[in-house]
Amino acid sequence: MMLLRLALASLRSRLLTTSLTVASIALSVTLLVGIENVRTGVRDSFAGTIRGVDLIVGARGGTLNVLLSAVFGIGSPSGSVKLSTMERWKAHPAVKWVVPYSLGDSHRGFRVVGTTPEFYERYRFRKDGRIVFVSGRAAVADTEVVIGSDVAEKLGYTIGTPVVVVHGLRDIGTSSHEAHPFHVVGILGRTFTPIDRSVYVTLEGIEAMHEPEAAVAGIAGSSMASAEGAGGRVSGGRGQGVTALAAPLAAEKLRAKSAKAAAIVAANKARAAAMAPPAGTPMVMPGAEPPPGIPLVMPGAEPPPSAMPEVKRAADEQKVAAVSEPLAAEPVAAEPEHDHGDDQITAFFVGTKNRFEALMLQREMNTDLVEPLTAVIPGVALGELWQNIGSAEVGLRVIAIFAVAIGLTGMLVALYSSLEARRREMAILRAVGAGPRMIISLLVLESGLLALLGCLIGVAAVYIGLFVAQGPIEQRFGLHLALHPLRSTEWTYLAVVMGAGLVIGFVPAWKAYRTSLVDGLSPRA
Amino acid sequence: MSKGATGAVPAGAVPEGTPAVELSKVRFSYKTGREVLAIDSLTIARGETVFLHGPSGSGKTTLLGLLAGVLQATSGSVRVLGKDFSTMSGGARDAFRARHLGYVFQMFNLIPYLPVRENILLPVRLEPARRERLGGRSLDDAVRDIASQLDIAQYLDSPIAELSVGQQQRVAAARALMGSPEVVIADEPTSALDTDRREQFLELLFASCAKANATLIFVSHDHTLMPLFSRTVELMNINHAAKVGAGA
Repeated sequence: MMLLRLALASLRSRLLTTSLTVASIALSVTLLVGIENVRTGVRDSFAGTIRGVDLIVGARGGTLNVLLSAVFGIGSPSGSVKLSTMERWKAHPAVKWVVPYSLGDSHRGFRVVGTTPEFYERYRFRKDGRIVFVSGRAAVADTEVVIGSDVAEKLGYTIGTPVVVVHGLRDIGTSSHEAHPFHVVGILGRTFTPIDRSVYVTLEGIEAMHEPEAAVAGIAGSSMASAEGAGGRVSGGRGQGVTALAAPLAAEKLRAKSAKAAAIVAANKARAAAMAPPAGTPMVMPGAEPPPGIPLVMPGAEPPPSAMPEVKRAADEQKVAAVSEPLAAEPVAAEPEHDHGDDQITAFFVGTKNRFEALMLQREMNTDLVEPLTAVIPGVALGELWQNIGSAEVGLRVIAIFAVAIGLTGMLVALYSSLEARRREMAILRAVGAGPRMIISLLVLESGLLALLGCLIGVAAVYIGLFVAQGPIEQRFGLHLALHPLRSTEWTYLAVVMGAGLVIGFVPAWKAYRTSLVDGLSPRA
Repeated sequence: MSKGATGAVPAGAVPEGTPAVELSKVRFSYKTGREVLAIDSLTIARGETVFLHGPSGSGKTTLLGLLAGVLQATSGSVRVLGKDFSTMSGGARDAFRARHLGYVFQMFNLIPYLPVRENILLPVRLEPARRERLGGRSLDDAVRDIASQLDIAQYLDSPIAELSVGQQQRVAAARALMGSPEVVIADEPTSALDTDRREQFLELLFASCAKANATLIFVSHDHTLMPLFSRTVELMNINHAAKVGAGA
């Protein structure tokens, strides 16, 4: 008790040094704990992007590809899946539900997704976040649209607003599906996931968008005038005529190779149209979507499977998928999502009856003999992805640790430099009978108090900061930073800071003890 | 050893007739081969007020260090109140000092960030045995008593910085006497005071020591104070190792 009083009085007497030291420790702790919070916040919100879905199933391709395109809307799917395949898997005893998820066109930069009303019920994000309708309801009819909160906010849409959907992600004039005016029937609550930036329609809606396309494309193709938009449209490869029309277009605009491919397509057109509509796609693409010069990796952001494999697929039906792997082997781009065949979807979500069956189901799907599929367990894939992109967090941590080291060094300097002025104090304490243990305890207690105060203020600053900035951060970055009790990592950090504070106290304490002994009780001032 | 050494002599129960200080064949050197203190025999009886005179270099500081138990004799025995310091651990000597000794420095006696009252209370706060000797009086009463004896009662709640040097020395004396230690050691406590104040300070100190029945060992190089004491010890005469001018 006596010690504590002494330590407190002594610290108070050097208020400026004390507060500066505490401030530097507090700042370090704030940085350390703050970074930890943001780090886990980012990770959690990332990992919580999709919940409640046990498997995401897409065409054969990379795991990340399926995940990124279906969940984050990044990149393009490696192909499409037949609706009948989904229906087939739906009958599997381990499957509880399936929800189709068909990526399609864009509406003013926002993705349009075709799905069923069940999607809104099944999808979960973060802990147990459900999709809620702020207003309206799910899209049921094929001209109905449900929009995410960002879409509603940025475009100022309300229930009933007519919507014109554009084919392909890039908004290009003539490509608007003006023939099919949609209208908003539902607006979703904010989820801080890519859902907020999506436009949902029914599967029929996605199909309907393209019905008049053949006609449009036909005109475009023959006139050549509207080549830019038309190319995209034509690519759909719907209707035999379209593919045929594409050939001259390609021949004129593209290399011989493309032309050749187109020729093959034309030759196979009947079959292609019947079973693999994507066949025609690639030929026409380059001229249409990616800006010249950056043909492949571009804005539509569809890193596409090459044209040739696509063509081959058309040629020899079944073998296809196995070969269709080499991504971008050819300079000619393809956009599979343009292939809205009657029974094609981009992916589907699967819920299992028993989550433990997901792994087994995944294996079964990956070895599906009828159609090459890639089934992804979202949690696992997100984890893998985080492993790759999360290395930046290590850098953050290192910086934070250095900051703490600097704060503690500052404390050592402050304690140490105050010692000279306190030699008399130590001698006096020795004179009234304080032993070395007490002298050391006093100084260690002082540094411990500084570290403790620094930790408390630092943690308080983090919480206050989180409390204040939580809303704005959510608004601006879509990053939800939850206020939560300190996690074990954070406790570890604090313990390290406290421990270091105490240990550092020993350095001047030892020196003080030596000094006070050497000083003896002499009055040398 | 640490507890047992002092436990044999309960606080305030030092047998009558035991000398306050008894040095026998004491040798001390900071570095091997360079003796700074060599005293064959020095005895100070209880209740004496001893003037220990010596110029700088005569080994005053070293002797006080030995008497306070901060330094350990290289050889020979230093007995204070019958306890032989050479057989005691450092901790035991610290505890002994806390119980039985009061110490007044030449200057800078006080902890700057504690008010007068807390400075005076330091010994009793640190050492419960010292507190027991207050005889059931409350800490506050005890502080008031000693403070009024030394004429500083009105400054009890003042910060140290507001006190004059003379007042500070009286606070130091009050602290040294708090809880009635058997021996008070004063190391040139008046050197920073002007002549009038010296006498005034000494009168107060003598009165308080007498009241507490404490032995006073007063070190100074100032001859003029000599007559006020019951006995004078010339350090130059008893310390064979003394080299005047060689530094304290």
